[in-house]
Amino acid sequence: MSPIAKRKRTKFSIPSKYLLLLFTFLCVLLMAVTFFTDYSSTPLNKLVGYVVVPFQNGVSRIGTWLSVRVDELGELRIVLKENQELKAKIDELTAQNTQLQQDKYELNNLRELYKLDEEYSGYEKVGARIIARDGGNWFHSFTIDKGSDDGLAMDMNVIADGGLVGRIVAIGKNWSKVTAVINDNSNVSGMVLASSDFLMVRGSLELMTDGVIEFEQLTDSAGKVQIGDKVVTSSISDKYLPSILIGYITEINQDSNNITKSGKITPAVDFEHLEEVLVILETKQQIAD
Amino acid sequence: MKRNIILFFVIITGFVLQTTLFQALRFGNIAPNILIIITASYGFMFGKHYGMSVGFICGMLMDIFYGDVLGFYALIYLYIGAANGFFHSIFFQEDIKLPLLLIAVSDFCYSFVCYVLLYLLRSRFHFMFYLKSVIVPEMVYTIFVTVFLYPCILLLNWTRADTGYHSQQER
Repeated sequence: MSPIAKRKRTKFSIPSKYLLLLFTFLCVLLMAVTFFTDYSSTPLNKLVGYVVVPFQNGVSRIGTWLSVRVDELGELRIVLKENQELKAKIDELTAQNTQLQQDKYELNNLRELYKLDEEYSGYEKVGARIIARDGGNWFHSFTIDKGSDDGLAMDMNVIADGGLVGRIVAIGKNWSKVTAVINDNSNVSGMVLASSDFLMVRGSLELMTDGVIEFEQLTDSAGKVQIGDKVVTSSISDKYLPSILIGYITEINQDSNNITKSGKITPAVDFEHLEEVLVILETKQQIAD
Repeated sequence: MKRNIILFFVIITGFVLQTTLFQALRFGNIAPNILIIITASYGFMFGKHYGMSVGFICGMLMDIFYGDVLGFYALIYLYIGAANGFFHSIFFQEDIKLPLLLIAVSDFCYSFVCYVLLYLLRSRFHFMFYLKSVIVPEMVYTIFVTVFLYPCILLLNWTRADTGYHSQQER
């Protein structure tokens, strides 16, 4: 046998510059496809849903279990002491409760007039747990542990603490991605509850370090909007259901055009410590139909 | 083959940890970038081919779960993996200074590109703010995590010392 025949067959391989070119072309193609068509990455969503989500679910379950155990140990002593104080407080509160029962009756009457709560609690909701957050530091979005199998769909609104969190923008069988209203690239059409003036609420990474987001294009010709006013989602938004609380106005400035006003809003939801959310099982399109 | 199986588990574990555990361990609202550590390490440990493939897979994972457009993060990670592949020839397993430096530079480049493409193009011009509150903290935190994580990745892929530093020839 000649020495050449003994030599191992060299493996076929592409030079790395062509491989780089190939991959680049693939990425650009994918970007073009997702950007110019309505194709949302559904088959891929399903595939990674089976591979990654069970792990995320498990890790966050263990994490929650551990942090609960640690909290329990630490709080046991405090709880015993608190128990004494609380017993004394019960008597005091029973008296107050009677008073409040009367107030509640009055409140219910007022609510009926306002019709706000009616709409709010009329929606069918389902609870979901946050199992993972955006890996980068540029945007606020997170994954919840329910998907199309649980009756969720694209564009469904997500609330927590009685305020608006965001909406579902991608969905798999057992997970969905929620983008938050404080996201730097998110815009929500809102309305000042007291005066029914429309405005645009914009998320901002820069302002979120102070715990606020910005609003703009508020036409408040009567000058009635004040600091502390409630801002809710407006009826003209095509993604968000009407009258969900977004936050409270903390700053108002006159724009240089002297027609509109802009300023800052404190969100009603504590996005830092969000663990469980409620998904409203109706979308704006369904209601419109 | 064995290396590819290890690689699969490293990527899945890295992605899961980045989106769950390290989100709980955020310092000043900043989480470290584990996928950059994995992409860069495989780049300079095994050459351009590996760097590119690992970067592409990591980027795709980010795109599917958190991206707006499919292929955007994949492209950034792809080039970071390829760029790290150039340093394969001067990489020694025993040396930790080069990996630390490369990972730091990679993470800075990643954040900078993200800022330019995702923020600057939407007329957010306040670069100094983003540099101070996102880019540099993320880099520092990533380096801190690298000190503990990189030896683990290295150990999983350790090759015998007596075969010389070019035992893992680029194919």
